[in-house]
Amino acid sequence: MRVNFTVNGSKETVDDVWEGESLLYMLRERMGLPGSKNACEQGECGSCTVYLDGVPACSCLVAAGQVEGREVRTVEGLATGSTGSDQELDPVQEAFVEAGAVQCGFCTPGLIVQSHDLINRVPDPSDAEIREALAGNLCRCTGYEKILDAVRLAASRKAAAAK
Amino acid sequence: MATPVKAPGHVAAPGKGGVGDSPLRPDGTLKVAGEFAYASDLWMDGMLWGATLRSPHARARILSIDISAALAHPGVHAVLTHEDVPGKKHYGLDLTEDQPVLAIGEVRHQGEPIALVAADHPETARRAMEKIAIEWEVLEPVTDPRKVIADPEKYKVQRLGGITRHQPVRVGDVDAARERAEVVVSGEYEVGIQDQAFLGPEAGLAAPSEDGGLDMYVSTQWMHWDLKQIAPCLGLPEDRIHMTMAGVGGAFGGREDLSMQIHAGMLALHTGKPVKMSYNRYESFFGHVHRHPAQMRYEYGATRDGRIVYADVEIILDGGAYTSSTLNVTGNAASLGVGPYVIPNIRIDAYGVYTNNPPCGAMRGFGAVQACFAYESMMDKLAEACGITPVQVRQRNAISQGDKLATGQIVDAPAPLAEMLARAEAMPLPPPADQSDIRNLPGGASQTTHGEGVVRGVGYGVGLKNICFSEGFDDYSTARVRLEVIGGEPTALVHTAAAEVGQGLVTLKAQIARTELGVQKVTIAPADNQVGSAGSSSASRQSYMTGGAVKAACEAVRAELFRLAGWRLGREFDDLSLVGGKVVSRSEGVLASIEEILGDKVIEETREFHHHPTQRMHPVTGQGNSHTQLGLCVHRAVVDVDVELGLVKVVELAAVQDVGKIMNLLSLEGQIHGGTAQGLGLAVMEEIVVTNGLVRNPSFTDYLIPTILDMPPMRLDILENPDPKAPYGLRGAGEPPTLSSTPAVVAAIRDATGKALTRVPVRPEHIVS
Repeated sequence: MRVNFTVNGSKETVDDVWEGESLLYMLRERMGLPGSKNACEQGECGSCTVYLDGVPACSCLVAAGQVEGREVRTVEGLATGSTGSDQELDPVQEAFVEAGAVQCGFCTPGLIVQSHDLINRVPDPSDAEIREALAGNLCRCTGYEKILDAVRLAASRKAAAAK
Repeated sequence: MATPVKAPGHVAAPGKGGVGDSPLRPDGTLKVAGEFAYASDLWMDGMLWGATLRSPHARARILSIDISAALAHPGVHAVLTHEDVPGKKHYGLDLTEDQPVLAIGEVRHQGEPIALVAADHPETARRAMEKIAIEWEVLEPVTDPRKVIADPEKYKVQRLGGITRHQPVRVGDVDAARERAEVVVSGEYEVGIQDQAFLGPEAGLAAPSEDGGLDMYVSTQWMHWDLKQIAPCLGLPEDRIHMTMAGVGGAFGGREDLSMQIHAGMLALHTGKPVKMSYNRYESFFGHVHRHPAQMRYEYGATRDGRIVYADVEIILDGGAYTSSTLNVTGNAASLGVGPYVIPNIRIDAYGVYTNNPPCGAMRGFGAVQACFAYESMMDKLAEACGITPVQVRQRNAISQGDKLATGQIVDAPAPLAEMLARAEAMPLPPPADQSDIRNLPGGASQTTHGEGVVRGVGYGVGLKNICFSEGFDDYSTARVRLEVIGGEPTALVHTAAAEVGQGLVTLKAQIARTELGVQKVTIAPADNQVGSAGSSSASRQSYMTGGAVKAACEAVRAELFRLAGWRLGREFDDLSLVGGKVVSRSEGVLASIEEILGDKVIEETREFHHHPTQRMHPVTGQGNSHTQLGLCVHRAVVDVDVELGLVKVVELAAVQDVGKIMNLLSLEGQIHGGTAQGLGLAVMEEIVVTNGLVRNPSFTDYLIPTILDMPPMRLDILENPDPKAPYGLRGAGEPPTLSSTPAVVAAIRDATGKALTRVPVRPEHIVS
């Protein structure tokens, strides 16, 4: 089948999609967007989290055909500019590197999208709010302490930039 | 030569910072931007997808395999069985060659690989796999390791056994000491099977190369050791297989054994096309070994004031059907079986056995984790029997520098355990839970309590872990460092084969180059086998070993630069150093910049770094200087337990760890946090549940790992008592916290509930029963 949708601001048409494919598979294997990660395919780990019409969703649980006419934003669409020196990371992305919230990094894209959404909704989240928002994203490396640091740092930077 | 899209490349290490600083990860920007090339992201024009047919039975004979229908399935390029293995048909992590590449006539565990399919779409491969017809004769699996020990011949599951290793430790006279003991405590303990549960499932890509060999992109912990096992099975010389590390999504021991490497190689050689294999989570639970489950019996005798006079210990580790690393896991359980305590009379019998249960091998803590849960539970039992505190009993028996381990090995570096315990105890305790917010209580937002039935408990745990490989193994590392002027600036290129599995070695290598060469610009080359072995990213050893190799290579480059400086400046100096990009003489000050000395010359040096030799444990007495280095961690856990429902909320975990030298505080804290979290997981939730050899919960829905709601805030106290033998005085740090957090959490639950809790993970029914 053919799927038409918007990904990271650009209108795309994808052909020869098998009906059983997920949005995650289509992004990773047909569109050269492997930033969203496949770690469980059951919606348990959150590594594949993307924005679907502005709402975070596990792309492994969304059938490719369901995004027809809709808007998807992946971790690749959070930074501005292209790869390299003119790339400007989102404050959430910057904070994850600086706070030491990235080890193996496999969970990172999903956590970044989820944290990005949290800070957009709740500019100054409490620790309890951060924990609740990120409870669906598994990380095996960090024990989450530095992830909390990263979200706090990103929130304070975004707040400072908004002033 | 074709390279995959998203192939690993050189990365520039950003920012500043030498040893002791916390510069940014060189791979950090790629990882947060979604552009880092993990093994599962590899993609090559015309590539096929490989899939693996696995055994549904724990033990069965294969009477026949019919692949014809699968082969005829449209889109399928190859279906292979053991008959198609081009070289040796068996391999093994410890070169035991007892594990078939693909099952031959029999399967010995659920999930054992039987056949391979290559197809143009992963779903095509999966459907074709379902068309492979196998006629089975299902056999009764061997699942009780005690039965195997009692009658190894009768319950032999493969040609090697039986019993994989029996390692005794004998010190003094336990029977005579038993007569003198004033207090005797005993217990039986059990540890369930824990899974590494790395987030990035097994994946990789193999492509035929122009020289008739293979280009392999794999995510592994030790590519040179992989190669030693892969090459003979593929019937290729090692130099025809070009290994490149693809991005690794966590490891924790689960990537020490091979997974898809030989299989993808077979499919690529057979089809002449690049083949990618990428396990899903379900397959991943069968695609790697797990932490050995353990059954342990302990008896300690002590004086009335809590000084241990003897230990009588039996540890049984179930390794499953193949050897993997059971030999060394058993050695660790034996040598570290009573932990960091001085005990004059010891009898330990540690057994590793073969069964038809899931295969077990390396996981963070490697044999020391299981023993640690038992010996720390015993320390608490002894404290109670003697009427002293958990901290007192540990301090009274604690090792320190100059003492002997159970193996007779003298602790030759600082081991200030008594002080560490005092520091853990002195840390402020968290305040009582604010019960006005229900999320602070056990059960959280599920609203299982508003504070009624909730009891607080505090517990301690201590772990002792060997750092680097033990028992005579020379796990050296190799580093190549190149210094040249690029764009007017002196630039160091660091090249090793060491696996960056997330721990931050990639950052540390750049820090060491900056410190040793006084340069800012450092580039890290991708890990491949164009440079010598780095050994495994396991046993907390890479800072020590590859750190040591990078340091040695930098020192050689520096010596050559100084020789060049003498030649350029027309005289000899014996007091030179490199600071801020300048060659500096202590007596004469700045002589020249590095770029002035180097000009267009390139200095490149390769060095191997070996740790001091160790000995095998004596087969009868267990004695010997078997360990390279030792790491200690102390945990204090605070928990709130809903004693009516058996729900546990860990409120805080505090850790005191001696790391010798803080090389990178940010990465180090991440290791302690992460190790602690895995220990918490084993304490209260993580277990692969097995019935009659079959796994009941191979998914993240049913195998639970800690979420951000389960992991409490941590308090860290990091000590730096240098180990004089180690580079920079450092001590490997990744594993010790994984040991001690489990018994600390369980001790805290015992403190809250008064229950014996002899098995981990602790489940609600253990608390309310």
